[in-house]
Amino acid sequence: MDYSRKKAAEWKINIMARQSFIVDFLQNDKGGQMFVGILLTAMLVVPVLNLFVPTDSFFHVPTYTVTLLGKYLAYAMLAIALDLVWGFCGILSLGHAAFFALGGYAMGMYLMRQIGDRGVYGNAELPDFMVFLNWTELPWYWQGFDMFWFAMLMVIVVPGLLALVFGWLAFRARVTGVYLSIITQALTYALLLAFFMNELGFGGNNGLTDFKDILGYDLQADTTRTTLFMLSALFLILTYLVTRFVITSKLGRVVVAIRDAEDRTRFIGYKVESFKLWIFVLSAVIAGVAGALFVPQVGIINPGEFSPLNSIELVVWVAIGGRATLYGAALGAVVVNYSKSYLTAAFPEIWLFALGGLFLVVTIFMPKGIIGVWNQFRAKLSQPKSSKDVYGKESES
Amino acid sequence: MIMFSCLFFAVINISYSAEENKLVATDAFTEMLPQLTSGSLSERSSVIEQLSNLDDLRVLPVFQSMLKGKLYFIKENLQPGFISRTDEGYQIISALNNKIMGVFEKNKLKKIRVNNKLRRELRSYIAHLRIKSPDDKVRKEAVKELLKNVDEETVKILIALNVKEKNESISELIAVGLSVWDLKSEDKVVQISAIKTLSKSLLPEVKNKLIEIIESSEDSDTKKAAKKSLKQIDSKISMFGFLENLVFGLSLGSVLLLIAVGLAITFGVMGVINMAHGELMMLGAYTTYVVQQMLPEHIGASIFISIPLAFVVAGLFGIAIERFVIRHLYGRPLETLLATFGISLILQQMVRSIFGPTNQAVETPLFMSGSLEINSVFAITYNRLYIFLFAITVLLLLMLILKKTKLGLQVRAVSQNRTMAKAMGVKSEWVDAMTFGLGSGIAGVAGVALSQLTNVGPNLGQGYIIDSFMVVVFGGVGNLLGTFVGAMSLGVFNKFLEPWSGAVLAKILVLIFIILFIQKRPRGLFPKKGRGVED
Repeated sequence: MDYSRKKAAEWKINIMARQSFIVDFLQNDKGGQMFVGILLTAMLVVPVLNLFVPTDSFFHVPTYTVTLLGKYLAYAMLAIALDLVWGFCGILSLGHAAFFALGGYAMGMYLMRQIGDRGVYGNAELPDFMVFLNWTELPWYWQGFDMFWFAMLMVIVVPGLLALVFGWLAFRARVTGVYLSIITQALTYALLLAFFMNELGFGGNNGLTDFKDILGYDLQADTTRTTLFMLSALFLILTYLVTRFVITSKLGRVVVAIRDAEDRTRFIGYKVESFKLWIFVLSAVIAGVAGALFVPQVGIINPGEFSPLNSIELVVWVAIGGRATLYGAALGAVVVNYSKSYLTAAFPEIWLFALGGLFLVVTIFMPKGIIGVWNQFRAKLSQPKSSKDVYGKESES
Repeated sequence: MIMFSCLFFAVINISYSAEENKLVATDAFTEMLPQLTSGSLSERSSVIEQLSNLDDLRVLPVFQSMLKGKLYFIKENLQPGFISRTDEGYQIISALNNKIMGVFEKNKLKKIRVNNKLRRELRSYIAHLRIKSPDDKVRKEAVKELLKNVDEETVKILIALNVKEKNESISELIAVGLSVWDLKSEDKVVQISAIKTLSKSLLPEVKNKLIEIIESSEDSDTKKAAKKSLKQIDSKISMFGFLENLVFGLSLGSVLLLIAVGLAITFGVMGVINMAHGELMMLGAYTTYVVQQMLPEHIGASIFISIPLAFVVAGLFGIAIERFVIRHLYGRPLETLLATFGISLILQQMVRSIFGPTNQAVETPLFMSGSLEINSVFAITYNRLYIFLFAITVLLLLMLILKKTKLGLQVRAVSQNRTMAKAMGVKSEWVDAMTFGLGSGIAGVAGVALSQLTNVGPNLGQGYIIDSFMVVVFGGVGNLLGTFVGAMSLGVFNKFLEPWSGAVLAKILVLIFIILFIQKRPRGLFPKKGRGVED
């Protein structure tokens, strides 16, 4: 008892010491400063360029681009969520898109209820696909989703709860490494199959779509779109700050220790399972929020989001950007998705070759991703040509 | 002009075949058949009756096509024949000797008309003729048809047939038919003994008749006997239902075994996560397709050529993957997973670019189509049977390779202790490449089997990759026997859930089951034991 109280007090001091400088803690984080800076600029500049610059001007940013950028930002959030568990805790989840999709479905359900009687069948109570299935009343799990606060709560609770239950089962049994990756993949695959079923009541194959408005604002309007974009940027900044805070905290240190030497950490006396579970749930919640930001911008959520391919693609974003850097993951998400948008439009044949090639190049030649290559490059610049390390040997790179 | 020459040819053809007909001994059938082309409908009816009394095999097709309105005659020479449409016109095949008589324009032909009365007569004659058919299958079908509605007329036919019948299963059917007739008997003893006999039959008609008796009979003894028989039938049907589930489950299990057994080598023995495993199967399936395209005449043989070829193709791809990619990533399982996933995407797109994004049709050879019918409620299709045998063969061969060959010995040595094996002079790199090639080759062979079951398309592999990993993990890594037990039990488990929950939910439940199972036994059903165990 006494010990734990003492520990709690220590924690408190720690936290208080950190609380005072949200900005301060970015002081030693050059990359983070740049990341937050860029996002803040984009958050302010893009809406101005979209709303206040005339359409024919060179500087005008079309609404389509704003939405696309917003989509990338949601993906970037998801990538940070995965980096948190993979980069810092060594848990390679191949089912993280499932949490993203669940958050998205929660948001989609709210948007579905907002349609009201404007659907094809004009039923005020039931979404179109339920009328189509001859359902007479709303299933219990759809209750409450007409309230925004409740839907937002579910965006956090549903992915969090799934992660909690799944993680509790998996980590307690000490399922690690490849086995964990495969059962997370099985998880998202099972959800994919389940959401494809019409009887489940989530629109089956077609998913949820035809949204009209959010909180009374028209989803098609430029102002709503730019607001959503700004919100995405804001949430991405928040995500970065929160995850950065977590991993620089004492808890974060333990998590990294678990990644590097799980058994040793356990023998020192840490409850490895609890730490893993904590970080896994946090990551799932962030993924859920990203999904909720994603859906109103793209206007659809369907079971395809659960496909194992999506989760694996997500892993590549993180790997390309650079693991265990947080902003690197975000960078990877944007770079890969931009090239995907470009290549699938310009050379649809090449996209899968390019993506597959990326997997190979990154894993074999640049295990630390873009950020790693950049750091190496900088280190080379700042060093004299033939440097000697502390031991007096020629350094290799 | 073309039409004209066609006609000219046709005429020659006709005169030629007429000539030939004269040479053939004129029998009753040949004499009687042309009479169909003239006369009133009632005259035609008597001709049909006479024809039906002839003991001639050619009568049945004539009646059948007359019923369908496909019997025509050529106006010029009154030759009757079967009509079929071709690109050039209407082709007539002689009803007398099945020779093509030529292609005609419609106005040169006339249909042999039938009315409703004639149709009714034709149907009953056809049934009778089919009963007399020397072909066991046709006769059996005809008897089954008769059983649908047993009356005095059919009983007479059945009794007549019973005397001559040599085929056992048909005799049984006849006995069932006679018993069904006996059910209507006034004599209670006859009735009850008939009910007892019927308890052995599984035909749906019999079941309905028994239910009818239970509902309508006033006599309590009869009712009791009928209930007892019905119970026996039901228990038999449910037993066969169980057997059917079991067989379907084993069949699904054998597919799972085929797709997982290659993975059991690469993942189980080498510890390499090969996400491109499914795509190697896809390559095997496409190999089958290409071989069939090259040998369109020999579909049956093409399968046997495809099996070794698919092994070689997929095996070479596997060796290339190992040499160029996986070799650099040993000891980094998560990176291996990502890199091989990249390879799977590249292979998919490669196939899509070469063969197009649509599914390709792979034909099933004759010996694999059809089914082995055990009784009216239980049948096994031949392709399931062959694939089951094939899967077992592959497994046994693989075990033999691992246990009895030098390569197998080296593979096991390297997987247990690489350094020690190297010290003993095993070329571990070469063994790695060969092991990976072996596992990949088996994936290719599995692809040949899959091409007989599903669509061959670029996404063929993707659908199986998760299943195959589940099987290997469930069975226990590095254990072929575990893979076998894992595959079979998952297959059977799945098929027994299906009738109760539906196919999709059954699959979901199996996945959830495996997720929970891994909690309890993180190393699968048959974990590796001894010194080989390490993280």
